[in-house]
Amino acid sequence: MTTPEPALQIDAVSKAFGPVRALSALTLRARAGEITAVLGPNGAGKTTLIRCCTGLLAADSGTIRIFGSPPGSAEAAARLGVMPQSAGAWSGIRADELLRYLSSLYSNPQPVDGLIDLLGISDFRRTPYRRLSGGQQQSVNLAAALIGRPDLVFLDEPTAGLDPHVRRHTWEIVRRLRDAGLAIVLTTHAMDEAEQLADYVWLVDQGSVVAHGTVPDLTREASLEEVFLTTTTSRVRP
Amino acid sequence: MTNQDARSIDFTPRPGAAPRSRRVVAHARTEARLLVRNGEQLLLALVIPVGILLAGRLLNGRFGLHEETIAPSVMALAIFSTCFTSLAIGTGFERRYGVLERLAGTPLGRSGLLAGKALAIIIVAVAQLVILAAVAGVLGWRPHPDAAQWLVAVIGVPLAMLTFANLALAMAGRLRAEATLGLANLIYLIGVTAGGIMWPVSAYPPALRWLVRALPTGALGEVGRAWSAGGTTWWALPVLVAWAAASGLLARKVFRWMS
Repeated sequence: MTTPEPALQIDAVSKAFGPVRALSALTLRARAGEITAVLGPNGAGKTTLIRCCTGLLAADSGTIRIFGSPPGSAEAAARLGVMPQSAGAWSGIRADELLRYLSSLYSNPQPVDGLIDLLGISDFRRTPYRRLSGGQQQSVNLAAALIGRPDLVFLDEPTAGLDPHVRRHTWEIVRRLRDAGLAIVLTTHAMDEAEQLADYVWLVDQGSVVAHGTVPDLTREASLEEVFLTTTTSRVRP
Repeated sequence: MTNQDARSIDFTPRPGAAPRSRRVVAHARTEARLLVRNGEQLLLALVIPVGILLAGRLLNGRFGLHEETIAPSVMALAIFSTCFTSLAIGTGFERRYGVLERLAGTPLGRSGLLAGKALAIIIVAVAQLVILAAVAGVLGWRPHPDAAQWLVAVIGVPLAMLTFANLALAMAGRLRAEATLGLANLIYLIGVTAGGIMWPVSAYPPALRWLVRALPTGALGEVGRAWSAGGTTWWALPVLVAWAAASGLLARKVFRWMS
């Protein structure tokens, strides 16, 4: 059996902002039907990596391919869903208005009302985005990432600020996405979340991959949090 | 939410972009709706211009605001406020809120986003002009344009809109949202008072008239006033072509999608 082409293929990608190297020859893969966790301390380069994958930033060197297409191309954009870490919406737009607008950009979108029900958005669907709590915004952002029926989704800290009920429900949805055949790239600071969800983990520090493997592989001798602490650099001085 | 609802969504991938025209129209409709819903923008777009029209009628020639020139001047003001001030402030906060970042990763893409924005401000500006012309007509405005000035206006007004939009994007695409808010409002006030929007060039000191004519605000104001009063301002076209080209290059060079 041949291995299928990765949904996301990143080879030796580097990106600097002036003297600061955000990504340094970073290489990783994400496959369809798998949850791929990208873990790293604050400032490790995770958000820069996502921005390079969406075509918002151009890598200085190296290549990125999304199902064989370059980032920013029409082919890649149609297949991609992104849940950004920051807000990502007009302050005055209502939650359902935003989702209806985004659904009109795709040829086979999810039914907006169904997604609103699934993600528990019904109670605040008519509320302007700026008045939503952080957790409510997260739910809208997750719906926005899924509305175009993508086959690759980036979830940038999808459960930050969520209560345990919503967090567990989000995990259930992420597992359903995997079972439906999507490739999921998940960034998180919650090690328990990565242990619960990830099929494959890439640990990133200072723009480079410092360790990678399945959760059982990485946690053979220590917990994932201990592996994280020993392989990555602390931003705070004791 | 019930488990039944949760299971009714099928996540099997079926990716695909909607046709480009549908994406651009959807974006324009959304932006236009948000702009009209925003109280401050509505103040700039309609309340202030209508107020000036009414004031012009009441003042009847005082402060240099004459009845026959006030309607085209107010229309130039409306174009300036929508295509420059509102667009700059709106785009500045879109950058701040990460709207541009989100949309750049969708099938709308950057070119669709810019086309949608352009369509939105055209929709709003045309609606403003229709409403203001109707109000001015009720107040007694009767324009009598020359055939040649129709041509100047048909070419010149879109060039002025393009120039203002380019300058708005250049500012909003580089400065912080708060700085854009302050500077866009300051330029609006300067454009209105000293930039040849509300008062004809002939009302300025002779030594400054060439400068006011060389501004996009002054050129647009003069095109409108000449169209209304029956004159021809061919000189405005090279001025506006130069501004449109230079501002386009500037916006291209300095615009950043993320704050």
